[in-house]
Amino acid sequence: MSVETERSSTESSAASGLDFEDTALTLTLRLPGPVVSSSFSSSSSSPDLDRKRASSDPDADNSPLAAAAAPPAPKARVVGWPPVRSYRKNALADVAGSSKAAKFVKVAVDGAPYLRKVDLEAHAGYDQLLRALQDKFFAHFTIRKFGDDERKLVDAVNGTEYVPTYEDKDGDWMLVGDVPWK
Amino acid sequence: MIYFPEEVVEHIFSFLPSHSDRNTVSLVCKVWYEIERLSRRAVFVGNCYAVRPERVVRRFPKLCVLTVKGKPHFADFNLVPPDWGGYAAPWIEAAARGCVGLEELRMKRMVVSDESLELLARSFPRFKALVLISCEGFSTEGLADIASHCKLLRELDLQENDVEDRGPRWLSCFPDSCTSLVSLNFACIKGEVDSASLERLVAKSPNLRSLRLNRAVTVDTLSKILMRTPNLEDLGTGNFTNEFQTESYLRLTNALEKCKMLKSLSGFWDASPVCVPFIYPLCHQLTGLNLSYTPTLDYSDLTRMISRCVKLQRLWVLDCISDKGLQVVASSCKDLQELRVFPSDFYVAGYSAVTEEGLVAISSGCPKLSSLLYFCHQMTNDALITIAKNCPNFIRFRLCILEPRKPDAMTNQPLDEGFGAIVRECKGLRRLSISGLLTDKVFMYIGKYAKHLEMLSIAFAGDSDDGMMHVLNGCKNLRKLEIRDSPFGDGALLGNVAKYETMRSLWMSSCNVTLKGCEILASKMPMLNVEIMNELDGSSEMEENPGDFSKVEKLYVYRTTAGTRGDAPNFVKIL
Repeated sequence: MSVETERSSTESSAASGLDFEDTALTLTLRLPGPVVSSSFSSSSSSPDLDRKRASSDPDADNSPLAAAAAPPAPKARVVGWPPVRSYRKNALADVAGSSKAAKFVKVAVDGAPYLRKVDLEAHAGYDQLLRALQDKFFAHFTIRKFGDDERKLVDAVNGTEYVPTYEDKDGDWMLVGDVPWK
Repeated sequence: MIYFPEEVVEHIFSFLPSHSDRNTVSLVCKVWYEIERLSRRAVFVGNCYAVRPERVVRRFPKLCVLTVKGKPHFADFNLVPPDWGGYAAPWIEAAARGCVGLEELRMKRMVVSDESLELLARSFPRFKALVLISCEGFSTEGLADIASHCKLLRELDLQENDVEDRGPRWLSCFPDSCTSLVSLNFACIKGEVDSASLERLVAKSPNLRSLRLNRAVTVDTLSKILMRTPNLEDLGTGNFTNEFQTESYLRLTNALEKCKMLKSLSGFWDASPVCVPFIYPLCHQLTGLNLSYTPTLDYSDLTRMISRCVKLQRLWVLDCISDKGLQVVASSCKDLQELRVFPSDFYVAGYSAVTEEGLVAISSGCPKLSSLLYFCHQMTNDALITIAKNCPNFIRFRLCILEPRKPDAMTNQPLDEGFGAIVRECKGLRRLSISGLLTDKVFMYIGKYAKHLEMLSIAFAGDSDDGMMHVLNGCKNLRKLEIRDSPFGDGALLGNVAKYETMRSLWMSSCNVTLKGCEILASKMPMLNVEIMNELDGSSEMEENPGDFSKVEKLYVYRTTAGTRGDAPNFVKIL
């Protein structure tokens, strides 16, 4: 029933597409709303911070704004402008600093009609990632605890084991769990 | 009434609601002056340099509640150099000598040292309340002294101060006998907090009604605390991340359910969207909600929460809420009286998801709106005219368009007409901040219509001295005028010098006033302190060239009975 092989056509390759070198979509938690392809930086004024607002936001009410904001606005700094207390500026900078840029990766499960996205930064380790995958694909598998305390994704219906794999930057399929989490 | 016994007159005075009323009756005759001053409990000093502390203490020996404000408002935005002044020490020392009955001290924008806090803690046996807003200069060790020695402490309210963290010991300094705490706000303390001490303190404070925690307090601790405070009315949460154990959040839900009196929420540090639904059961009873330190929630998280807050009167949010989110606010929060929308991006022409549309929606949905602070990407005259018609009850209207001098987004015209409509319709307007492209015309409107205006903030606006003159001549009740980066010069500065004696203060920075103009002002008006601050080593340059026409970088003028202040640093020259 459960065969611990890496790739088998009967056992699905489960979480394929976990590409650590993902697409350019790096979302920052700090600026919600339209996708921003830049990361927050309070002290540096990086000139190549592109202000292109990729309107992947399906609600297109924002599009006039996105169009207006499209040409890169000068990232000027005027002392005391906008008039916001230093306390507030520092507090928001701290929050942004601690909430790291989220790293979303696509997860595909054989047999599931839709792919999901999982934020790698939101999880502290492989166990939590497994739990997150279970949450997202709960119709497909659950987590079963094995005797040696190892947790594996198991098909909810017939008990066959799912093996999470990912494609690394060299294009090789790798088993999830070998490389240290960081 | 002169024939009434003193006790009767004093009793009549006790019904006077405001400081200004009491000030007025004290001017009627010597007898009334004496009766009034000996029975005065509360004194408000709007500018700490307007009067000497000793004089206040001598005049009002029965003083119980003292409020003092220090630096000018623009100090909030780093326009006042550090070490400018605003020291609390002389006030605390004078009170320690002359009014040992002091019970409450409230200070804003002042420099308070640990030594002063220790003196405060040891000098006033009946001391009950310390409120510090936007202050600096002290550490958690000063707080330890307050906690240790103020046995009757009811209120320790620290709002947005810059406090040096010297460890969490202060929280455990409250003696076991101190059970009187009603209000504790330490949200601005940056460092760690000892959970056990906090839980012990809360456990022995049955009267606690307001509690605002800092970011170091975990959900686990919060849930334990809330089990003990079913009468809490105001809560500032600690950390609200998604790294939680489910048990803590279950306990939190149970505890929150018991807090039937909870009306005001803030904090939400690092809140993740997953945590937000835990607050839903409370939403229907909330009258105040501050989400302005939570950039991690997007507009859908925010609206799902706010749409349930049907009784909301006060809302502070970030501009992530977007115009669409504000429409949800407008349709859900019919009782809204105060709205503040803060920017999440601090660059000059920063992006904001909020425009005039959001505010128009709010104005049509929330007719009770009276206090507004709104940072936005753009504005139009039409929108402002509509807003003015929808909400004639504005008392405070502060609009900040992120890009200086930005015109009407539709017509490219100045925003004179829009703000003109605001001052014309909102007859009770007391505070106004204007922004965007503005000519002298807007000041003409302000001078003509804003008869109750007390505070006006101007930035990057106007064409000529006429603008400022309109304001000085027209706004009868003006108390504070602060101007930056606007083309007003000596002509305006000297156009109505008597006006400054009726005002608390005038601030002008990066305008066109010259040293010569300031010197003339100082010589004409001895009751004013005319302070000049120049970025460069201005003091020596100024002495070498008396009567110089060089521009003054920063000017701060205020009426005073105290004369020149002795604690001015050397970059401040007082003419």
